[in-house]
Amino acid sequence: MLGTGTAICLPADIDTDVVIAGRYLRTRDGGIWAAHVFEDLDPTLAPRLRGAVIVAGKNFGCGSSREQAALAIREAGVVAVIAPSFARIFFRNAINIGLPLIESDLTCEEGSTVTFDLSGGWVEAGGKRHTIRPLSLRMQEILMAGGLVEYWRAHR
Amino acid sequence: MSTLSECILGAAAGEYVDRKVDRAYAHDGTGVLALEAWKDMGGDRLGKDTEYYIQFDHIVPANNGTTATLQHELRDFAKSSFMQFSDIGCGICHQLMSEGIVLPGEIVVGADSHSVTLGAFGAFSTGMGASDMAAIWLTGETWFRVPESTGIHLTGRFSGAAEAKDLALTYVGKLGMDGATYQALEFVGEGAHHLSMDERLVLSNLSVEAGAKAGLFYADDVTVRYLKERGYDVGPQDAEPCDYRQDLDLDLTDIVPVVAVPHRVDTIKPVAALAGLPLDQVFVGTCTNGRYSDLARFARLVKGRRVAVRTIVIPASASVLEKAIRTGVLADIVEAGCTIGTPGCGPCIGYHMGVLGDGEVCLSTANRNFKNRMGVGGEIYLGSVATAAASALEGEIASPEAA
Repeated sequence: MLGTGTAICLPADIDTDVVIAGRYLRTRDGGIWAAHVFEDLDPTLAPRLRGAVIVAGKNFGCGSSREQAALAIREAGVVAVIAPSFARIFFRNAINIGLPLIESDLTCEEGSTVTFDLSGGWVEAGGKRHTIRPLSLRMQEILMAGGLVEYWRAHR
Repeated sequence: MSTLSECILGAAAGEYVDRKVDRAYAHDGTGVLALEAWKDMGGDRLGKDTEYYIQFDHIVPANNGTTATLQHELRDFAKSSFMQFSDIGCGICHQLMSEGIVLPGEIVVGADSHSVTLGAFGAFSTGMGASDMAAIWLTGETWFRVPESTGIHLTGRFSGAAEAKDLALTYVGKLGMDGATYQALEFVGEGAHHLSMDERLVLSNLSVEAGAKAGLFYADDVTVRYLKERGYDVGPQDAEPCDYRQDLDLDLTDIVPVVAVPHRVDTIKPVAALAGLPLDQVFVGTCTNGRYSDLARFARLVKGRRVAVRTIVIPASASVLEKAIRTGVLADIVEAGCTIGTPGCGPCIGYHMGVLGDGEVCLSTANRNFKNRMGVGGEIYLGSVATAAASALEGEIASPEAA
């Protein structure tokens, strides 16, 4: 799986309440989540996320199990999220809805181009290539299928 | 030799396994999305040999028409698919699962991050998202990566006004918010055996705040007795000597009342250092500290006095509420000037039932103080029930040591 996007830098320990606040969960409208994603962190961020690769600090997605956090990021047009580590429920949720996550210690340069190849196991930014920690076989299958819904449609 | 997680999952740390889920539960918050994923997966019947539960606790009763409509659809699904359904007012999903349902050695998945609470029974209990829950409804199974474990070695007994919540905040403070990411916590040592089930539930509940996927106690005489009172005949689990990825030694005697300050659960200060900080609200409840023993302790401290700030008390379940009524604990709390809410999560997740206004400060017995969680611009300090009682009486953060 190949991808490329413009780097947007975020700090460590981004919790899912900050990704999408509880007050926006009472809906199934992905457009609402996309419009308010990261609102409590930076209200100007949401419209700048189409075609972006988020490069964040460690422990991205900690806290609540709300899958809307991963959905909000995907619906806003983010190509992938890169971080040294992810909270584990968010990790599963993102892969389950087809949002690529990349575990890497990549240093973020705002606005730079980030390219990755999940099958090849690398991510490239600022002319430097970094290896990435591969996803488990099952997670690769789920991601390649497009998410857990598509995976189970194909496997029943 | 194996950790308890390795024993229950039947494989070594680092391995990926598919396992039958003994009990799967979801609430009105995550259940709505799970139902959508289930429909998209083509779900028609539930996977065999798994007990399924839907419990309404996040927005109870519904705060508006949109919520009511979403709940109506999920309620119909729960009933028509013969899931065990608990409607508004029954209580918080984790609390209900702890009132004589989850047993030692079981594999339990809840569509909520605080599903780690049930590790207190010696079960492997973890939280997942909506799509994973839908797949469990479909197959009764899911995949796990068997976690490495952090050993939390407890000695001694609580002294002074310190309680399980202070110990929980202390270990989260020491491990940090990602100190146990991808790992399980195991609470072991003679100090662990002195803890009641209610105290263990508090310690397991907070394990996700250090990033852990589970927080387990070995079932012992305390567990066996608790479950016997609820009609189950189970045996204790034997701890094998095993290697932990990391170890944390804590002497309960040294634990002092602490609070987590905004906006991180791992930023801990002694209550004494914050004494005098003015409060707009005190909130006692949630899957952390809304049990009968919590309400009884709170009542004992406020009985015959008046709270000096608006104080919301929400029992974790209907049976907690019933017992508090029966024993007079509820009357003591109401007579002290507190407001009582419907059993459920209350304002913890910021929907309703006592959310904060911009600039307001709350001392809460919950488990998360993330920015804007209980309302935009609100600040949340997390503390114990005793700290909440002392603070409610003063209208400012106050040490329970002085009470």
